[in-house]
Amino acid sequence: MATKSLHKRESDLANSNRQLEILSNGIFKNGELPKFADKIAETGQFPLRAKKLEILQINLGYMCNQVCEHCHVDAGPDRKEIMTKTTMMQCLEVIKNTEAHTLDLTGGAPEMNPNFRWFVEEASKAGIKDFIVRSNLTIIRANKKYYDLPQFFKKHNVHVVSSMPHWTRGKTDKQRGEGVFDKSIKALQDLNAIGYGMPESSLKLDLVYNPSGAFLPGDQVAMEKDFKKALLEDFNIQFHQLFAITNLPISRFLDYLIASENYDDYMYALVDAYNPSAVASVMCTNTISISWDGWLYDCDFNQMLDLKVASKVQHISAYNEGLLENRNIIISQHCYGCTAGAGSSCQGSVI
Amino acid sequence: MSKTYYDPADLRKFGAISDWNEELGTKFFDYYNSVFEEGKLTAREKSLIALAVSHTEQCPYCIDAYTKDALQRGITKEEMMEALHVGAAIKSGVTLVHGVQMMNKVNQLEM
Repeated sequence: MATKSLHKRESDLANSNRQLEILSNGIFKNGELPKFADKIAETGQFPLRAKKLEILQINLGYMCNQVCEHCHVDAGPDRKEIMTKTTMMQCLEVIKNTEAHTLDLTGGAPEMNPNFRWFVEEASKAGIKDFIVRSNLTIIRANKKYYDLPQFFKKHNVHVVSSMPHWTRGKTDKQRGEGVFDKSIKALQDLNAIGYGMPESSLKLDLVYNPSGAFLPGDQVAMEKDFKKALLEDFNIQFHQLFAITNLPISRFLDYLIASENYDDYMYALVDAYNPSAVASVMCTNTISISWDGWLYDCDFNQMLDLKVASKVQHISAYNEGLLENRNIIISQHCYGCTAGAGSSCQGSVI
Repeated sequence: MSKTYYDPADLRKFGAISDWNEELGTKFFDYYNSVFEEGKLTAREKSLIALAVSHTEQCPYCIDAYTKDALQRGITKEEMMEALHVGAAIKSGVTLVHGVQMMNKVNQLEM
């Protein structure tokens, strides 16, 4: 289990250019597998174009209390990149005027940003239909100052989306760290206790499932059924939806794939599972991802690869939704992760 | 030409069996895919049966494929091993039940 980020370890893969090089070399360079651009061109879907904005995703910083094996953000306690109040104020201006129906706060652990609560209070005033905070659950039990987060989320009608790789302790702790499972269960029980995730409750609690290894997620509906049955029977926990998300071959997951000699097989699996009908609904076509320092990206994965939007507008300080529409989406071979099987996005399957 | 009888990379080429007989290959894969669809048995139960049979048939390709399939379905390693023991129990039962034939023969031949 890693205890430090790739950045802290000064790993070669902390460099996004190195990751992009790997993704374009080897089996993709020698023609064994088709490049993503060529693959989507087969069905006339190249270049991939942005549609009307629906989701504004804001990364409040890469600091996290966990160091998960598969993390595409390379987040951890040693990451110091945190969104400042000045950038938050620029984001608030955008939130007040956006046409997007969903605001999605992520990290790292977004709650670790010192201005997180102020930002949520201000952002909730904009009246966006769906206000998501991606909480890793353990943060709620990490320190006394976070114990009241469930109440805080409830007060602002926040939609909580939390990671839970499996309903068993062994698989969860292996991916996310020793003790994560027990803390997550306690946090879910706390959320349930105030109404989150209960049937008919308007306090939305969804879980995110990422495979804990070099394999793709199974059918989202079947997985949700298994998760619901096991969590209810074993811990009396309820939640609304399960989002099954494919691990993309970047950052720490790429590092794991290479170190475990699974990289080629995993890329084959992604390409074999390529589904052209998922391309039309990939999240980059209706999302803008904003980094801790205000840069704009097509998605969170492109943010981590430092592939900024192909637009005249690249920073929150010059944000213009109209100009961002119809932009060409920046792609590379990691994009196969979002088009495999039933597709994958931060909201789970896309078809 | 591979110097070993089994190459893990060959599993990816399974579909190529249709190249030399498209009609029968297509029929086989249609049948195969239909078998594993959700039915009276769940796809999850079928996956575990396939995993156990992969072992009793000692097919390395199938073991790789259905181990991965089980992980994708969230099946735990304890469940996987339990399924294997079903296969192993049948295998040993198959051996031992033939012991009745051996005993019959002994009883017939001995004075």
